[in-house]
Amino acid sequence: MRTLPLVPAVILMAVFLLGPIIWSLVGSLTNAALTGRAAADPQWVGLANYAALLADPVFPKSVGLTVVFTLVSAVLAQTFLGLGLAVAMTRASAGLGAVVATVVVAAWILPELVAAFVAYAFFSQDGTLNQLLGVLGLEGPNWLFSFPMIAVIFANIWRGTAFSMMIYQAALNEVPQEITEAAMLDGANGAKRLVYVTLPMIRQTITTTLMLITLQTLSVFTLIWVMTAGGPGNDSATLPIYAFTEAFRFGNIGYGTAIATVMLAVGAVFSVVYIRALRVPRERAA
Amino acid sequence: MSARVTPGLPVAPVRARRSVASPSKRTVAAFANASLVLVALCFALPLAWLVFAAFDADSTYQTRLPTELTLDNFTAVLTPELTFVPMWNSLVISVSTAVLTVVLALLAAYPLSRYQARFNRPFMYIVLFGTCLPITAIMVPVYALFVALHLLDSIPGTVAFLAASSLPVAIYLAKNFMDAVPLELEEAAWMDGASAMRALRTIVAPLMRPGIAVISIYVFFAAWGNFFVPFILLLSPSRQPAAISIYSFFGQYGTVAYGQLAAFSLIYAVPVITLYVLVARGIGGSFALAGAVKG
Repeated sequence: MRTLPLVPAVILMAVFLLGPIIWSLVGSLTNAALTGRAAADPQWVGLANYAALLADPVFPKSVGLTVVFTLVSAVLAQTFLGLGLAVAMTRASAGLGAVVATVVVAAWILPELVAAFVAYAFFSQDGTLNQLLGVLGLEGPNWLFSFPMIAVIFANIWRGTAFSMMIYQAALNEVPQEITEAAMLDGANGAKRLVYVTLPMIRQTITTTLMLITLQTLSVFTLIWVMTAGGPGNDSATLPIYAFTEAFRFGNIGYGTAIATVMLAVGAVFSVVYIRALRVPRERAA
Repeated sequence: MSARVTPGLPVAPVRARRSVASPSKRTVAAFANASLVLVALCFALPLAWLVFAAFDADSTYQTRLPTELTLDNFTAVLTPELTFVPMWNSLVISVSTAVLTVVLALLAAYPLSRYQARFNRPFMYIVLFGTCLPITAIMVPVYALFVALHLLDSIPGTVAFLAASSLPVAIYLAKNFMDAVPLELEEAAWMDGASAMRALRTIVAPLMRPGIAVISIYVFFAAWGNFFVPFILLLSPSRQPAAISIYSFFGQYGTVAYGQLAAFSLIYAVPVITLYVLVARGIGGSFALAGAVKG
């Protein structure tokens, strides 16, 4: 009786989250398709989709692109830039810090599609980036075509940095000032205080933020889809794009689902690491 | 949907710390200022294009000050077909998702926060795991599920899915906010014979107002900005939200009307920007709770 209020939420999550996950596991073992005979009567094909994945030259490429995209744009750039901005803001003049924070957050607060469209405009052949290079006397390439990964990585850094910056700002604010001051009296200079005192104190925050942005970046779809649609060829098709293209453009639902299942598995591993770092707070004392 | 959890809450601007001055302090500050300005310029440049292009009569992808300031781009897109219907759909979808999610999350959080049960902890772990679930990865099976349930191209179906995908975060936040509401007030209500649901509605929920605002705004933002979910689940233009209508605008017409697209993007972004500014100003300081306990 007491748990009755939980029921509606549990039902909704069971149908729309757990259902698709199970469907994903089962569907990846069939040859389900959007059209044709397999659409009406999907056959059980066992691990054939996974075997096909291993034989498919595009799959390892897609995994590689996803790793590069996540590693460079989330782990390296967003963490360093976000943390760097947060630290710089504690040293810079207050007014300037607030203005910079607003600009960085603006890119993050825009709806996904608008951000993607703006990034598309920025990197397109006759876009702002090439305009700038033109001022320097250089002729820029068609970034979206020649260097699609560089374009989407920078776009994702532009859009995502605000997230880590805000978390690190909050974390740095909570580091007690007495501790850094004590270090200062002991003769530690600014850089040493940062490396040996401040950063170790927010280590926990860094771990959880890293996991969160990794999970987010793994599943970025809209940004890449709008900017390059995974092209040219498959040169910027990360796993979400590849799964989508296989399932909906080529109609291989079963195969697309197998790719999605791999993504789910990778996501699950990161989630476990994240949750272990976070820990559910203990029950409230009665 | 990306799982953007905590930092939706605005952070108060960090004040520069003035402490025992050291000679190198000024150099450090100058260096920090310079690098901040540089980063801000890089971040602002793409945004500047969006604003300039929207007011420019013949805009391109190049950033430049409009030769002639005009509102023509806005008047061109402010038609029922291009703007009003998609914006209305976005509003209906986002508001319904937010309301549904908040109500279900509050109901679910109540037993989790108020009663000691053996399954509470494992349940919270599952919820936390759910917050990490990459929604992109389950969209293919969700599509199959919607076909099987005949929910494809239905706004209520889409709302139900969006709500389900926001529920883990919402429940997690709601439980934490509810834990902060002291039990004493409710115990008094129970003594007076109020049922648990009545206590939730009349005592706990009003005391959690700031928390409820945070959750609803978070869910509203996620639903408003979502492109992938309606892109897959909603097919007819009359039901599609603004995100999809921009995309079709952008994808189908051979020569893109950059100015109009920029104008439409701004119109679509205005509600979330306004909401964000309001939240940044408002929620920071309001503590309905503190007042209640003191009294």
